[in-house]
Amino acid sequence: MANIVLKNVKKSYGAVDVIKGIDLEIKSGEFMVFVGPSGCGKSTLLRLISGLEQITAGDLVFDGERVNNVIPSKRGIAMVFQSYALYPHMKVYDNMAFGMKLAKSSKEEMDARVRKAAEMLQISHLLDRLPKQLSGGQRQRVAIGRAIVRDPRVFLFDEPLSNLDAALRVATRLEIAKLHHDMEDVTMIYVTHDQVEAMTLADRICVLRDGKVEQVGTPSELYDHPNSVFVAGFIGSPKMNFLTGEFAKAQNCATLGVRSEHLQIVPDGQGMWNGKVVHAEDLGSDHFLFVDVGSDEPLIVRLAGKLDTKLGARVGVQPLEGQMHRFGPDDRPLA
Amino acid sequence: MTTTSLEHGKDRGASLQQQRARAAFWFLAPMLVALFCVAAWPLLRTIYFSFTNTSLDNLYGGHLIGFGNYLRWRTMPSGAVRYYGTLVDPDWWNAVWNTVRFAIVSVSFETVLGMIVALVLNAEFKGRGLVRAAILIPWAIPTIVSAKMWAWMLNDQYGIINDLAVKLHLLDHKLAWTASTDTAMIAVLIVDIWKTTPFMALLCLAGLQMIPRDIYEATKIDGINPIRVFFKVTLPLVRPALMVAVIFRMLDALRIFDLVYVLTPNSSATKTMSVISRENMFDFAHFAYGAAQSTLLFTMLAIFVLLFVWIGKVDLTGETNR
Repeated sequence: MANIVLKNVKKSYGAVDVIKGIDLEIKSGEFMVFVGPSGCGKSTLLRLISGLEQITAGDLVFDGERVNNVIPSKRGIAMVFQSYALYPHMKVYDNMAFGMKLAKSSKEEMDARVRKAAEMLQISHLLDRLPKQLSGGQRQRVAIGRAIVRDPRVFLFDEPLSNLDAALRVATRLEIAKLHHDMEDVTMIYVTHDQVEAMTLADRICVLRDGKVEQVGTPSELYDHPNSVFVAGFIGSPKMNFLTGEFAKAQNCATLGVRSEHLQIVPDGQGMWNGKVVHAEDLGSDHFLFVDVGSDEPLIVRLAGKLDTKLGARVGVQPLEGQMHRFGPDDRPLA
Repeated sequence: MTTTSLEHGKDRGASLQQQRARAAFWFLAPMLVALFCVAAWPLLRTIYFSFTNTSLDNLYGGHLIGFGNYLRWRTMPSGAVRYYGTLVDPDWWNAVWNTVRFAIVSVSFETVLGMIVALVLNAEFKGRGLVRAAILIPWAIPTIVSAKMWAWMLNDQYGIINDLAVKLHLLDHKLAWTASTDTAMIAVLIVDIWKTTPFMALLCLAGLQMIPRDIYEATKIDGINPIRVFFKVTLPLVRPALMVAVIFRMLDALRIFDLVYVLTPNSSATKTMSVISRENMFDFAHFAYGAAQSTLLFTMLAIFVLLFVWIGKVDLTGETNR
């Protein structure tokens, strides 16, 4: 239930500027994802919001109140760490209750809250165990449970899925999405380097690059209307195809971007570009063709159904009408 | 089925497990030989001597006399029973009491102070590397040197400690710290604590650095006050390292010799088990009697370690952490 506003927030360690002036509003009850390549400052930004790091300049405002100098525990936040940060010598129950014991809540109330959170995450049967007796996924649930028990107004997640294996990651992602639906008025901020997590979880995504906000928007806004080459390349998998040089000049731009699903295969010689199939990947439901049309990297074409094109075959590649992204020399989109 | 006759070729003889065990044995053998020569043999010899009447001037002429060096008795013509041997020797029990008192007091102080120093060194501040190195200096100085150094500082006439204490009106007259029976033990304790706290601090620091940082961040988010964090989080998590450190120090303290021997020679207030056993062996030529005392000391150390490991559930192998 917190509206968070960042006004020109900066952070530097000595001479090194890590966060270079960020303006951002996170609405109450929103699921905001910070995404970006490693070293872009996304984790640092989360730590500034949590209060674990001191803000160098600018204002951090929670519900109209400046909280720059408010200690973490008074900000009404809860945080889920990448490494879970469970207390290894305490049982699951105590891990969840430890933070509350001082919060002057009565014993019954505390107990009720721990059990309710445990039920929500289906870890009630684990309350008497030590963290080392749990699997990675279970530990992550306990960490989330500990955060829920605090009844925070802001939930902070620092790459919570990166220590889990692929299958568990998908399952836990669903859990977190469900949590967001169940706790409608709690603001959630989630840091990840995985754009799939960002796309699937976020109400809005904030793409960070080199300590600055590159673009903020809903997942579909970012996917359909990236406002820079960087965002276009970062969001979406496989990566957007980029063409430069003569290919781009033909479309009156410096960089031309086309997503793999917006390319069609046509008979050789009839496409906008023509070339040889140099590699193919069959995913079962659909398949990717890598076509070398003479650009720096082969074009990736996503096609439905089973792979039926031979390696080495010559094909034409034709982009769909109105699905080309044209960027100017400053890497910004052209109208 | 065409694979009925397996070609054995080179795959004959010992299993992989056996080969591994054999290799391990040959790697361990030199160490076992060395340990036997420097540890097991002298120990067994000492135990053997303790059951003989060997004296220093006739090392190979002794013969077995059973438990006579520990306890024996003779009935006097008057009918009274007289007891002899280490176990009824008041000097021995004085030494036991001195040693135990010294070990408990010194290790307690060293543990608490070492922990405090470690907590300070674990925090981040400018020049931490330098301080970490500097704090080890007392531990690096040979005991003989530091004992002599402190003997001078504690000297009743020229010592700087008496001088300062009198000038600051902490004492009204100069004390003979090392010579007086009232203060000799305090002097030994001061020097030992000064010398060994760095070692404790280093072991505690190693334990502290094993604790992941993000656990402390979690306590910050949870808003737990630092004192509670120390007792509820830090202390339980360094406990295994601390227990091992305490065992090491306790063993060291129970067999202390050099510091006492150099700082307060021949003072009944500080004579420890090691000191008195050496004294019997070499100064009084009661070689077998001293050997019996050494054997008792060894037995007590062994029992202490077993008890400590058992009661404290100390995991010396580190297996549960895997």
